[in-house]
Amino acid sequence: MNHAQAATQFIKDEARTDWHDKALWFVRYKRDIQTKKVPEWEQLRELASQIKANVLSELDSYLIQFEENALKNGVHVHWAKDAHEHNDIILNILKAKGVRKMVKSKSMLTEECHLNPYLIQNGIDVIDTDLGERIIQLRDETPSHIVLPAIHLKKEDVGETFYKYLGSEKGASDPKYLTEVARGHLREQFLTADAALTGVNFAVAETGGFVVCTNEGNADLGAHLAPIHIASMGMEKLIPRQSDLGVFLRLLARNATGQPITTYSSHFLKPNNGQEMHIVIVDNGRSEQLGREDFRKSLYCIRCGACMNTCPVYRRSGGHSYSYTVPGPIGSILSPGIDLKKHSSMPFASTLCGSCTDVCPVKIDIHHQLYKWRQIIAKEGDFPLSKKIMMKVMGFMLSHPKFYRFAGKMARTALPIMPRFMLYNNLNAWGKEREIPQAPKQSFREWYLKNRE
Amino acid sequence: MKVGLFVPCYIDQFYPQIAVATLQLLEKHGCEVGFPLNQSCCGQPMANSGCESDSKATAKLFVENFKEFDYIVGAAPSCVGFVQEHYDIIPQTEEVKHVREKIYDITEFLLDILKIEKIDAKFPYKVGLHQSCHAQRGMRMAQSSEINGPAFSKQRQILEMVEGLQFIELDRTDECCGFGGTFCVSEDAVSAKMGKDRVADHERNGAEVITGGDVSCLMHLEGVIRRQNKNIKMVHLVEILNNTSPTP
Ligand code: SF4
Repeated sequence: MNHAQAATQFIKDEARTDWHDKALWFVRYKRDIQTKKVPEWEQLRELASQIKANVLSELDSYLIQFEENALKNGVHVHWAKDAHEHNDIILNILKAKGVRKMVKSKSMLTEECHLNPYLIQNGIDVIDTDLGERIIQLRDETPSHIVLPAIHLKKEDVGETFYKYLGSEKGASDPKYLTEVARGHLREQFLTADAALTGVNFAVAETGGFVVCTNEGNADLGAHLAPIHIASMGMEKLIPRQSDLGVFLRLLARNATGQPITTYSSHFLKPNNGQEMHIVIVDNGRSEQLGREDFRKSLYCIRCGACMNTCPVYRRSGGHSYSYTVPGPIGSILSPGIDLKKHSSMPFASTLCGSCTDVCPVKIDIHHQLYKWRQIIAKEGDFPLSKKIMMKVMGFMLSHPKFYRFAGKMARTALPIMPRFMLYNNLNAWGKEREIPQAPKQSFREWYLKNRE
Repeated sequence: MKVGLFVPCYIDQFYPQIAVATLQLLEKHGCEVGFPLNQSCCGQPMANSGCESDSKATAKLFVENFKEFDYIVGAAPSCVGFVQEHYDIIPQTEEVKHVREKIYDITEFLLDILKIEKIDAKFPYKVGLHQSCHAQRGMRMAQSSEINGPAFSKQRQILEMVEGLQFIELDRTDECCGFGGTFCVSEDAVSAKMGKDRVADHERNGAEVITGGDVSCLMHLEGVIRRQNKNIKMVHLVEILNNTSPTP
């Protein structure tokens, strides 16, 4: 299913679509309130953008610096060129220590690499511990948002899920009760896990340390209780200095959820006594993206999710309508680089309104990149032939004024409706919920010739 | 000052009265206006669909039509913006550069070039302003709600000169209407839903008239309004600015 088809399915339930749209718009609204309280907001964005530009321009040396410092701190550092290597490295670490159960928190990267099914196949129990993640794990779904993975679900849906899998009361939908149920269930998982995996929000080159931002504190709980802590990080997560955190931490939570800061900003530097700490640095297509000049900036992303919350298309089509793990505007500029044919419909799931670009805390020119991917997809991707031909016809017609005028006049006087080509030859799609413009008897040009020439 | 009147294809074919209003408005403010008879479109539809190369011939034709004028003015930020931003698809001759530099949307032309401070127009209605994304986030004719900075809107500024006009405020000041070029048919479900939601916002807040600068957005919203039989009128901004009688 391409995005348009999946979106059509989603919208069929219009009341639910409205609910989804409003829930996410509310997050955007809270974000606006918080960001407008910071007078230097736009300077912060600019600074963050420049820091990321610097990081990417010297990524190799920052990575080496980070590795050196991490090693000095007694951390094991691993390099994974793709998802498969990432999964393998983690499996090997776990196997060597005889781990049976691992708790996980805050990692979109492991979703990107499909780590869970891989480990489960290999006999290791993986428990997502963040509430949203756990809910969708129980339901065997994928996250529909990178910050709010279960935003597509209503509290009644959660109640039903917990009733089915955790034995809570039937029909319960009180968020407080449901949170208590989840807490009880997860506590047991924390206590019995022999390894913990977390993501990485920021890795600091000059210290070799890293920061994980959470609201539930599960990253800390997992990492401190289990004898092994593995941190998976995309190689673009680096920042040069500890002091740069002052820029990024101020931007992240405000832009993500409208909080001044996440409840926990956990700084990890070295393993506790008797513990092991591993960092897996993952490429998985990132260096290729780095090599694409037009799309390099997509690697600035700090995964705040604001471009999803603001996107009028995402809000009305839901995260699952996108073919890639990361949905929405940022997903739509990352995914074609991973698999052009598979994700060909994503860059077209946009009106190019530009709201994503303006909301982005690191100033990624998202909608310009969408436009550029479209040019590539029309040439090399999965692009309907009918559309290709249509565009050729339009291109011909609009560059040959006589044909353009003839087609316009024919349609206006004969039907009288809009010439088909002006609605991209698809009056049916237009007409489902909208009237077709009524055509006047004469075009402006005809009026002009009569009245002015 | 010789001004070339650019009439985008949608206006030419469906809303000729918008072009008439633009022409009269420019003349009222002392411009000598020419209308190149061989024009068609700016070429944006193909380019936004990923087929930039199919826009090249249209872009060249556009430059050919307008190269002689001191300024080129159209009542369509989206099309004007396309010429400014994307005519790098054809070789940058002096003529191409001239056209890209001297093309203006009517609102900016009146405010920034002609520097008008008052306008002789009446429009005693409650009006909702739909700022198109291309005007707002593309050409920066208004502050977008995502950005932390002083609020401004050139379209609003010029409409404020109109006697009797009363603005209604929207819940979502600058959400996209959902037209989006080929998006309107390739993603018709989302496109129509966005259109409905936009109309509902105007209706909820008491708009009698929806206005804006981009006819493609207005056409899309009008399609929704007519299908839903709503009692809201769609009037292009230049029609308001050119309206001297007490009724439109
Ligand atoms: S692209 Fe920008 S707005 Fe979107 S998730 Fe990344 S940082 Fe946030």
